[in-house]
Amino acid sequence: MKLTSFKRALWVFHVSTGSCNGCDIEIVAALTPRYDVERFGIRLVGTPRHADVLLVTGTVTRPMAERLRRIYEQTPDPKAVVVVGGCGATSGVFYESYNVLGPVDEIVPVDVYVPGCPPRPEAIIDGVVKAVAKLEKLAAGEPV
Amino acid sequence: MRELEKTFQVPIGPVHPALKEPIRFTFQVEGERIVGVDIKPGFAHRGIEFMGTKRNLIQVLYLSERICGICSISHPIALTQAVENAAGIEVPPRAQYIRVIVSELERIHSHLLWAGVAAHELGFDTLLHLTWKVREKVMDILEEITGNRVDYAIPIFGGVRRDITPEQYPQVQDMLRYYRGLFEELAERFLRDASVEARTRDVGVLTPEEAEALSAVGPTARASGLRKDVRQDWPYLVYGDLGIKAITPEDYGTETRGDVYDRVIVRLLEVAQSMDIIERCLEDMPAGEITSIPKVPALLAQLKKAEGEGIGRHEAPRGEVIHYIRLEAGKEEPVVWKVKAPTYSNLMSWVPMFRDQEIADIPIIAASIDPCMCCMDRVHLVRAGRDELVWKEKLLALSREKTKRIQSRVTASGPRVTALSPRSADHGGEA
Ligand code: SF4
Repeated sequence: MKLTSFKRALWVFHVSTGSCNGCDIEIVAALTPRYDVERFGIRLVGTPRHADVLLVTGTVTRPMAERLRRIYEQTPDPKAVVVVGGCGATSGVFYESYNVLGPVDEIVPVDVYVPGCPPRPEAIIDGVVKAVAKLEKLAAGEPV
Repeated sequence: MRELEKTFQVPIGPVHPALKEPIRFTFQVEGERIVGVDIKPGFAHRGIEFMGTKRNLIQVLYLSERICGICSISHPIALTQAVENAAGIEVPPRAQYIRVIVSELERIHSHLLWAGVAAHELGFDTLLHLTWKVREKVMDILEEITGNRVDYAIPIFGGVRRDITPEQYPQVQDMLRYYRGLFEELAERFLRDASVEARTRDVGVLTPEEAEALSAVGPTARASGLRKDVRQDWPYLVYGDLGIKAITPEDYGTETRGDVYDRVIVRLLEVAQSMDIIERCLEDMPAGEITSIPKVPALLAQLKKAEGEGIGRHEAPRGEVIHYIRLEAGKEEPVVWKVKAPTYSNLMSWVPMFRDQEIADIPIIAASIDPCMCCMDRVHLVRAGRDELVWKEKLLALSREKTKRIQSRVTASGPRVTALSPRSADHGGEA
């Protein structure tokens, strides 16, 4: 499906499960005037219960795994999960540790991976747009 | 009063983008007043030091950069110094200058980032957007010089990985002009705005004695009047030649009170100081080699032979970072690697800062030390044994309501400080 316009505004909840902050500040950069995703109706919300998309950054540490699972469950369907950054996708440089449970997809299902360490804000926006495509298919009852 | 002690928890797991990693606060409150606080960090613990002792030193260098994406040159700078001390590796002068320039660029981006977060916590989102908009300029320069906006991969044992080319000089100078032109505006918005002043003056006070006793570092210590700065006290790289002076609120011409307002002053003046350092470095930087051991296999071989221990310290944007390393001959990986990040030293300053403050001031006080492990998405209220979950939005709403209340009171009275004092201006000149 080619996306020419958004049917509705998109609310995003950001979870850091053990990131180094590198990806997190690039997400904020995407929200602020140079990139300004709010003009497309994409905005961050303060609770997963209001969110359409979960943006997850970082490899998953032991104490955060359970919390990530809970946040995923609290997010209403239809939802999409976007992993921002290399360490959320593959654990990146964080391997062989007693406190790292692995990449995000070991814990919750993931729809879009945005590579980079950290990815540029443009890449993050592209990842969210891919997630919208999935959500709109789900809303239209098409197979994803 | 129904019950004297109510527990107010701020667990952080779900993350606010502005304040990053997870940490949990437990507040004891009486009505709106905070009487005690307990802090539980550790949610973002990845076991980095442990991983480091299983990899070769160059891999450790890349790992150290990912301790923190905001101070992503501070950790490598401390680590390279520790390893260079242990292994007796020289760093050519040009490389030292380049390390200093990138460190100071990082300080500019980090302090601007913080100023935006602080504005957001107070409810001035316009100011958040303004500061983050102007921050993009230094991000462009970082990208131009290092090839990446975050995680620059500039230091390597024995030097740096990239030179600053002559074509890049004018771009950096252009950035300096851009920020100098903006400085007055930022000072106006942050320091001479009556509502910002009312929300931050005498809020979250840390006295010099407390700062000293709790070993606070960086802007947190300097805002309490301690003239403490690794660049001044234990000069390393070329900082000794640059005549750095630790900045306190007195350099702005105001008396030191150790409150949130003073922390804003110190960080803004440090942005100006960093610009002067960069300018000076561009002028003084000699031509020459950028690394003493350009070939990575030769470097690895030399590191493998090294035996001994070393310490590296660096004044990161948030304060002193220390890396300790122990190498044994015949081993590629370090035997011991110990990292002390600045927020670790500053955490305990929250305890006196929160004392007797209002719940609505929690966001700005928490943010005021610029914690590198914090995000406040929801708070967990335990009142009379009943749990109440309050999200970050609620806490922020409380903070914003307070700003509104204050705004209606202060708009009549004018700003207190009307001009940048001459002292702060010539301080810039010295640095
Ligand atoms: S992908 Fe890289 S920048 Fe992003 S959180 Fe992981 S280590 Fe940090």
